[in-house]
Amino acid sequence: MQRQCDIITAQQLTDHIHAITLDAGDIGLAARPGQFVHVKCGDGVLLRRPISICDCREGYLKIVFEARGPGTQWLGEKKSGELDILGPLGRGFDLAGRNVLLVGGGIGVPPLLYAAREVIGIATAILGFRSADHVILQSHFREICKRVTITTDDGSFGEQGFVTGPLEHHLKQGGYDSILACGPTPMLQAVAALADTYNIHCQVSLEERMACGVGACLGCAIETNDGQMLRVCKDGPVFSATEVF
Amino acid sequence: MANLRVNFAGVAFETPVVMASGTFGFGREYSEYLDLNELGGICVKGLTLRPRAGNPPPRIAETPMGMLNSVGLQNPGVDAFIRDELPFLRQYRMKVIANLSGNTVEEYVAMAEKLSDAGVDILEVNISCPNVKAGGLAFGTTTEGARDVTAAVKTVSRVPVMVKLSPNVTDIVTIAKAAQDAGAEALSLINTLLGMRIDTRTRRPILANNFGGLSGPAVLPVALRMVCQVARAVDIPILGMGGISTGDDAVEMLLAGADLIGVGTACFVDPLAPLHIKNQLWAYLARHGIAAVSDLTGRVELHA
Repeated sequence: MQRQCDIITAQQLTDHIHAITLDAGDIGLAARPGQFVHVKCGDGVLLRRPISICDCREGYLKIVFEARGPGTQWLGEKKSGELDILGPLGRGFDLAGRNVLLVGGGIGVPPLLYAAREVIGIATAILGFRSADHVILQSHFREICKRVTITTDDGSFGEQGFVTGPLEHHLKQGGYDSILACGPTPMLQAVAALADTYNIHCQVSLEERMACGVGACLGCAIETNDGQMLRVCKDGPVFSATEVF
Repeated sequence: MANLRVNFAGVAFETPVVMASGTFGFGREYSEYLDLNELGGICVKGLTLRPRAGNPPPRIAETPMGMLNSVGLQNPGVDAFIRDELPFLRQYRMKVIANLSGNTVEEYVAMAEKLSDAGVDILEVNISCPNVKAGGLAFGTTTEGARDVTAAVKTVSRVPVMVKLSPNVTDIVTIAKAAQDAGAEALSLINTLLGMRIDTRTRRPILANNFGGLSGPAVLPVALRMVCQVARAVDIPILGMGGISTGDDAVEMLLAGADLIGVGTACFVDPLAPLHIKNQLWAYLARHGIAAVSDLTGRVELHA
């Protein structure tokens, strides 16, 4: 679906990270955790920007994104009016499981919030950030998760270190049946390796440079372990970790 | 009532708006966004004799008002296309144009036989893909290569043969004439312009393939110039494409000498772009009292 969506709220969360809530109508009603929307970013930027869905309630859809280049910088400065949105796109998370671990790093944290809401009360979240001033959304996670652990690389907030430390701790305790992860590739690889060691199903949400966003142009294809080329926009962005790592 | 119908190499198109190869897959994905019956035709994703995995990612880099791609002809192969995709496309009125690339003349011939037997409407012989090492562009940069492939495909094809030309040549007109002389019934141009972008932080090219093909509004002026030059040198119809994103762009392309117009990258920005372009084109004809879209073809009046 494509539509012009009214901006309801826009706020800056950290130096580079922004949140926008949209009245997304049908797009919001159809959106599932792990899916993304393709956002038109001003007239000077040609391609849309794929942005994960952070949260969604009754058609109101929230995106949280990093202002990285000209497109997302334009979006970060946009405080009101309408946005041209295509979505919801892609294959999201499979939320099956009675005891779900959410593992997020940096700008990979936002899509896990919607997953946490859909499995309200049963998720354990482990969220990693560079430092205290990069921490986002923690109060939101605390409202709807059973447990939340925050790590920072420099120890300025929460536990010092990477998400893999507390993740291994939780896995050793046992009882988990599913891991949903989103973040930088090295983090995802480390999470996937732990999931493999403890024999727990793990889904990872990947990023790739995209053009069409709907599966037609094959611009975002990645190679799977068995040599298939899959489209991050259509076959993903969520993949089973064993498919891609 | 303005008439959008175009007779193109003996094939009747309901409208001149055709989806450009590689930007529209085999139509399935965009059929969720628009009624494919509204389109004149589709040039399907470039086919090869065997399935191809294409190039490693990243395959996309943005450029000022354009983009580079280095997909590298990822496709399921001609047999899978005929078995799994063609029946889907045949549910619609639009014309199906099969885009084919080979490593050798023999491969082009084998594919042309299969595809023309399978009942596509036109063959688009791709001698211009910039993203594969062997084949493709290898035939499109010399008059001999263009002639040999065109002549060989002509011997087996039962449907019109259209040759897709590369802009990455010194003189596109000589290649166009060679294709016409070898029996091509139509031409399509332009394929993408070879380019690159570099990540200044890592000092590495953004594309894993280093180079890729430039498309989007940035290439429109180059496409117009080349269509204009080729149209004045050949007698066969032209599918003109390259950066068209509005009805006015389409009018320019027709005036330059195109009979049909291709839309590609514009769809990535707006899936409904082909319909907007068609409606704007129709409105232009109505506003200027022009009876048929074909009355625009080649009607640019060059300065002396």
